[in-house]
Amino acid sequence: MSEIEYKVPTMAEMAANGETPEVLFWVGCLGSFDDRYKKVTVAFVKILNAVGVKFAVLGTEESCTGDPARRAGNEFLFQMQAMTNIQVLDMYGVKKIVTACPHCFNTLKNEYPQLGGNYEVIHHSTFLQQLINEGRVRLEGGGTFKGRKITFHDPCYLGRANGVYEAPREVLEALDAELVEMKRIRSKGLCCGAGGAQMFKEPEPGWKEVNIERTEEALNTGADTIAVACPFCMVMMSDGIKNKERENSVKVLDLAELVAQGQGL
Amino acid sequence: MEYIQQILFAIILGAVGWLIYRRIKLIRDTIRLGQPEDRTDRPSDRLRLMGRMAFGQKKMFDRPLVGIMHFVLYAGFLLINIEVLEIILDGLSGQHRMFVPFFGTWYHYIIDFFELLAVGVIVVCAIFLVRRNILKVNRLQPERHRELRGFPYIDGNVILIFEIVLMCAILTMNAADTVLQDMNSAHYPLTGDYLISQYLKPLFAGWSEGALIGLERGAWWFHILGILAFALYVTHSKHLHIALAFPNTYFARLTPRGEVRNMPEITKEVKLMLGMEQADPNEQPAEIGRFGAKDAMDLSWKNLMDAYSCTECGRCTAQCPANITGKLLSPRKIMMDTRDRLEDLGHNMQANGGKVVEDGKTLLGDYILVEEIMACTTCNACVEACPVMIDPLDIIMQLRRYKIMDEAQAPASWNMMFQNMETSQAPWKFSPSDRFNWANNLRQ
Repeated sequence: MSEIEYKVPTMAEMAANGETPEVLFWVGCLGSFDDRYKKVTVAFVKILNAVGVKFAVLGTEESCTGDPARRAGNEFLFQMQAMTNIQVLDMYGVKKIVTACPHCFNTLKNEYPQLGGNYEVIHHSTFLQQLINEGRVRLEGGGTFKGRKITFHDPCYLGRANGVYEAPREVLEALDAELVEMKRIRSKGLCCGAGGAQMFKEPEPGWKEVNIERTEEALNTGADTIAVACPFCMVMMSDGIKNKERENSVKVLDLAELVAQGQGL
Repeated sequence: MEYIQQILFAIILGAVGWLIYRRIKLIRDTIRLGQPEDRTDRPSDRLRLMGRMAFGQKKMFDRPLVGIMHFVLYAGFLLINIEVLEIILDGLSGQHRMFVPFFGTWYHYIIDFFELLAVGVIVVCAIFLVRRNILKVNRLQPERHRELRGFPYIDGNVILIFEIVLMCAILTMNAADTVLQDMNSAHYPLTGDYLISQYLKPLFAGWSEGALIGLERGAWWFHILGILAFALYVTHSKHLHIALAFPNTYFARLTPRGEVRNMPEITKEVKLMLGMEQADPNEQPAEIGRFGAKDAMDLSWKNLMDAYSCTECGRCTAQCPANITGKLLSPRKIMMDTRDRLEDLGHNMQANGGKVVEDGKTLLGDYILVEEIMACTTCNACVEACPVMIDPLDIIMQLRRYKIMDEAQAPASWNMMFQNMETSQAPWKFSPSDRFNWANNLRQ
C-alpha cells in the first residue's frame, strides 16, 4: 500500500480546475499546527486517499471557527471569525464538511446557521463508521488489534453536545479489539478539562486537575490504548498519561490513527 | 359547634389561599424581571418533552432504585391530593367523607390504595432521611458543598419529616374513624376497615366515643392544617419543583446542547467592523445595553424560572468536572444564588411598591464569584444531569460574556488567545502561512 500517491487538493485548486469535492475536510487549528494532532490529520487524509473519497481542504484559507472565543465570552471575536469563515465557505459553494475536531464540528454544525452559514457537517467518527459500514474501509481484522484492550473517551462536544455516542464505538469494534469502558461514559462521560477555553488558561485552584481524574479512570480499565476523537482530549489525555509516567505502556490514539493502522496505511 | 368548625375552616383556607396567591404572584413578578425570550415554538414537541421528563420522570430513572422511590413520593403526592379535595369539601360543608355516596363500595378501595401510598411515602421518606443524614450521600452534604449550609440543609429534612407526620395523621384519622364506625357513632358513615389503618385500631380499643371523636377530629385538623402549612411552605422552599417541573420542562431549550445562545444584537456591528456592511449615516447608532449578564434581570426569564425550579438535588454538581476536582464552581450553587438574588429583588419590589430600587448588589460579584464561572469547561454534564431540564451553563455563559466584553476583564492568557485569533486566525501564535505545512510530506 505504501506506493499510494497521496493527494491533498485545496478548494482553490479544485475550483481552478472547475471541480467540486464530495466533501470539505475541515482540519482545525490543532490538526494544522499541533505536532501530535498533525499525525491524526495525515492519518485521516491517507484513509480518504485510500478509499478514494473526493475531498479537498481549505489550506491556508482555513481559520479558527471561533469556538474558544465564544466559550470564553468574546462574542464579537466569535462572530468575526464565523462570518469570515462563512464567506470563504460560501464562496466555494461548500455543502458538506467533515472534521476531526468536535469543537469545530459543533460550531460549524450548530452555530454557523445562526449567522447564515448552513452546511451538512459530519464528525470524522461518523464518517469513518459510514465508510466501514459501506465496505469502503476494510480493516484487517485479527492482526494489529486482536486481543488488545481499548477504552474510549467521549468528547463532550461530540457526545453530550451532539448525541454521537455509537459511531466511535462501532469504529473501535470494527478493529476487532476489546472495547473496555470507563465508569463515566456516554451522556455521563467526564470532560477531559480542556473545553470552554480552559485549554488557554491556568485552571482555577482545586485539589486535582480534571485530566488527571479522567486519566486515572482510563488507566483503571487496564486498556493499553486510550482512543480519543478530539484534538483537545488528545492533549489532555496525553498529558495525563505523561503525568502518570505511563507513556511507555499506554498509547493515546485518535480513531483515524487506529483505522489507518488497521488498514495498514 | 359544627358551624364554628366550618367557619373557622373557611377562614383558615381563605387566609392560606391568599398567602399562597401572594407568594406565587411575587415569584411570577420576579421571573418577569428577566429578559423576554420566545419559548413557545414546537408546542407538540414541548408537550412530549414535558410528558417524558416531568410526568414520566425519565431522568430520575437513571438510577432505578432512587427513581422508583421518588416515583412513590410523586404518585403519593398527586393521588393523595384527591383525598385532600374531599377533606376540604368536608371541612367547608360540615359533612364527613362526602365522597362515600358517589363512589359506593369503590370508596373503600380508593382509600385502601391511598393508605398503601401513605405507607410507601413514609417508608421512602425514612429511607431518604437515612440517605441524607446517616449514609451521607455526598451531593447532599453541607460539609462538602457550601451552598447547602444553613437553611437548604434544614429545608431538605423538614420536608421529609413533614411528609411522614402528615401520612401518620391520615392513618390515625382513618383508624379512629373505623373504630367509631364499629361503635355505630353518628356522623361516621360505614365504609369498613381500611387496608393499613386496621392494624392501628387495637391502639384505640377501649377508648370512649368522646375520646375517639376527639382523636379523629384532632388528626383531621392536624392533617389538613399540616397540608395547608406545607403548601405555603413549599412556595418558600426548594420544594417548588413539584409545580415548576412541569412548565420548566415544557419551556426547556429544544436546540442542540452544544449550541450557545446567539447574540444577534451585535451582529450588525460585527458586519460593520468587517466591512461587510456600510454604516448608514442617517441611522441613529443602536443603543446596545449591557453585553452579557451582570444581574438577574439581564438573564432570560427562563433562566429565572430554572432557578425557582431547582430542588437542590445536586445531580449537576456531582457530574461537574470542576466541582469533582475541588474547584469553587458548583452548578447547583449557580442556580441557588440566582434564586437568592431573585428573592432579594422580590422583597425589594414588595418594599418599594412593585419597583426594584437599586440596592448596590449584583448577581455576579455579590452572589456568584468570578472564580466560579471561570472554572466551567462548558461540558454540559450539569445540563444533561438535571431531571427538570435546568440549564446552569446558559447562565454561566451570559455572566462570562459580561465579564469579558462589558468589563473587558479576561485572564491575561485569554486576552493572548483572543489576540492570536485576531492576528493569526488561530488561538495559538502560529503563522497563518504555516497552516498547510502538515501536508508538505504528502504533497511532494
